[in-house]
Amino acid sequence: MKLLDPERYDVGAFYDELMKGPGIPRPETRLLFELLESLPDGELENFQKAAEAALYRMGVTFTVYGDSQGVEKILPFDIIPRVIGAREWSNIEKGLKQRIQAINFFLEDLYSGQKILQDGIVPKELIFSSPGFRPQCLGVKVPRGIWCHVTGSDLVRDGKGEFLVLEDNVRCPSGVSYVIENRHVLKRTFGKVFETSRIRSVDDYPLRLLETLEYLAPEGTESPTVVLLTPGVYNSAYFEHSFLAQQMGVELVEGSDLTVLDGRVVMKTTQGPKRVDVIYRRIDDDFLDPLVFRSDSLLGIPGIMDVYRAGRVALANAPGTGVADDKAIYAYIPQIIDYYMKEEPILKNVPTWLCHNKKDREYVIENISRLVVKATNESGGYGMLIGPSSTKSEQADFRERIRKNPRNYIAQETLSLSRSPVLVQDHLEGRHVDLRPYNLFGKEVYVMPGGLTRVALRKNSLVVNSSQGGGTKDTWVLKD
Amino acid sequence: MLSRVANSIYWMSRTLERAENVARFIDVNLNLMLDTDVVGNSQWEPLVMTSGDRSLFGKLYRESNKDSVMRFLTFDRSNPNSIYSCVLAARENARSIREIISSEMWEQANRFYMLVRDAAEKNTIFNNPHDFYTDVKMASHLFDGIADATMSHNEPWHFLRLGKMLERADKTSRILDVKYYFLLPNLYGVGSAIDGVQWAALLRSASSFEMYRKRRRRITPERVADFLILDRHFPRSIIYCVSRAEESLRAITGTAYSFYSNLPERLLGQLTSSLNYSSIEEIMSGGLHEFLDSIQFRLNRIDDAISESFFAFPNPQSNKPSPVQYQ
Repeated sequence: MKLLDPERYDVGAFYDELMKGPGIPRPETRLLFELLESLPDGELENFQKAAEAALYRMGVTFTVYGDSQGVEKILPFDIIPRVIGAREWSNIEKGLKQRIQAINFFLEDLYSGQKILQDGIVPKELIFSSPGFRPQCLGVKVPRGIWCHVTGSDLVRDGKGEFLVLEDNVRCPSGVSYVIENRHVLKRTFGKVFETSRIRSVDDYPLRLLETLEYLAPEGTESPTVVLLTPGVYNSAYFEHSFLAQQMGVELVEGSDLTVLDGRVVMKTTQGPKRVDVIYRRIDDDFLDPLVFRSDSLLGIPGIMDVYRAGRVALANAPGTGVADDKAIYAYIPQIIDYYMKEEPILKNVPTWLCHNKKDREYVIENISRLVVKATNESGGYGMLIGPSSTKSEQADFRERIRKNPRNYIAQETLSLSRSPVLVQDHLEGRHVDLRPYNLFGKEVYVMPGGLTRVALRKNSLVVNSSQGGGTKDTWVLKD
Repeated sequence: MLSRVANSIYWMSRTLERAENVARFIDVNLNLMLDTDVVGNSQWEPLVMTSGDRSLFGKLYRESNKDSVMRFLTFDRSNPNSIYSCVLAARENARSIREIISSEMWEQANRFYMLVRDAAEKNTIFNNPHDFYTDVKMASHLFDGIADATMSHNEPWHFLRLGKMLERADKTSRILDVKYYFLLPNLYGVGSAIDGVQWAALLRSASSFEMYRKRRRRITPERVADFLILDRHFPRSIIYCVSRAEESLRAITGTAYSFYSNLPERLLGQLTSSLNYSSIEEIMSGGLHEFLDSIQFRLNRIDDAISESFFAFPNPQSNKPSPVQYQ
């Protein structure tokens, strides 16, 4: 029997990314559907095994914490790609560009005149109580007026199939290396489909990232020196840091490799100190400069913020962008788009209740069993409650937490996320997915066609984070 | 290049070379055991001396026999010079400089590590150890070949070669030296058939038996020592290794020959010069063991000087495990 035969693959009551209905593919997935149907028994399992072996061999891994042997795992990977049609993609792309530009206007405003606060569009107290807001950055003139150079928005489809924005991730989103390596592996496996269907490339991301970074170099710098700053080999995203540095051909540095000398940031080399112009930093604001942020940080570079403020080194992303990642601020993004751009948001937010507001809070406490509650400044799937699958005591616990600290909680409708088939032993089953495209803000905004499709590998789970049993899929965006 | 990176690449290279040499020692000993029925467990102790870890071994194991020595040198993680410890360290170093080395090199370092780790877990190599040690040697050769063919021969590569050549010079001197230890209690055996077998085994452990044969017919201790110390063309001889190391050091600093700009250049220049103008007769009359001892001492000083000149930071910061950022 075929893999996608209605007897064998149940699309369920969800929006299925591959199938329009039982046994019927979507127009954009027809080629993939036909390929899957033509595979002899057991072939897809062989593909899956070969792909996993290849990823392991390439060292596409993340580190498991607390293990002295430095055990690495590959991020669980499913062989069946997720396909998005050209027209639908073009809408996503427009929507993300709009959103990122609006967020950038917002950050620029917050750290200078704060007009949006004076006009009462976003409540002051939400900003000043946000841990991501950095008063140390007030008045900083960022290079080219760009704050959020690298972002990775999380998108989900609701039950009707419409894409909504779940999170913006404007600090340092990780995962883009998996997109590139997953594609690499899929090309070997599904070479035939790549020949016939027109799939947009993701391979040029590192080059575009480098251009974005070089664009930020202090004026008059010929052939700027760009480096990637990593917390080090024990960081869970170390593979990605190293991968991107290698693909861009720039030095991968740790805090201890850099120092401030005569008002410049330099790196310590075998030939003496060498000037650094642009730093793509993959460490959090908190750890960047022990003289300005957390004083116990051993990862940072003392004095780097002074050099940054003097415009002698560029940092990407700019310190202080975390305020836009605050989930309470997220709720205001539609108003922010309207305020700065006078446009309707092209991509909608997931309907959100702000526990900070009394009316919303009462609603949330009343309806907690059917909502998803999230802490405003946590990520990675931590600090959240999924109402429909929670116990009474968990609900009571969250009600209490909300009452105690309303500012720190929001709630969203429990979405019926779309599903995509994944290989489970010898057959396919639907699992919920989201999508994280990566965006670069340099001369213009670039949205990577596709991005990381994350899949909740546990049956019925809605949580796609890798720390919570999530895996990934390759994402194919078709050309026109 | 970054000092930290230079340090990592140098040590990655040294530890891989070390792992390979340990495999050589063991493998040859195993072969030797098959060839002769005279030797017993006494055959295994010199191996521990070769690697210079006699006192650690004494603390961990009660007696030196085939099993304990093989375990100690191959899989024992508490021995920093065991094959396992070496490839693990090499891989961790490789991991921290993945963007410097080619991806093929990283893949090979990783595969090498997995080869040893899997063997350590299965613990079945003792049934057919020869295959395993051959695999280890080949994994190291493959890494060298990949490094040669996929990485630009610029500064990082020269640090790679510098590390490898210094390590190899040291190990060749130790292979030769161990024969000295081994001969002491058996002086009556000098010149006997067993002795010939042992010198041949010694050549084999440096992969030099065939190469030696092409140049010399009879195996005599003096000629073997001459070959392993002073042959200019054999890639594991001491003089060859230190000459290549000096080449790389000068490529890194850009200093011309017979000049020096730092301590490592001066020390390494002295060592190559003294080898360049040595004869085997002179070495033997002064005592082979004493000579090799001084070589090892000088190689250590060179290693220290390299660390100070290129890797040391004025304000070292400790690298704590990094904070997690999930996003």
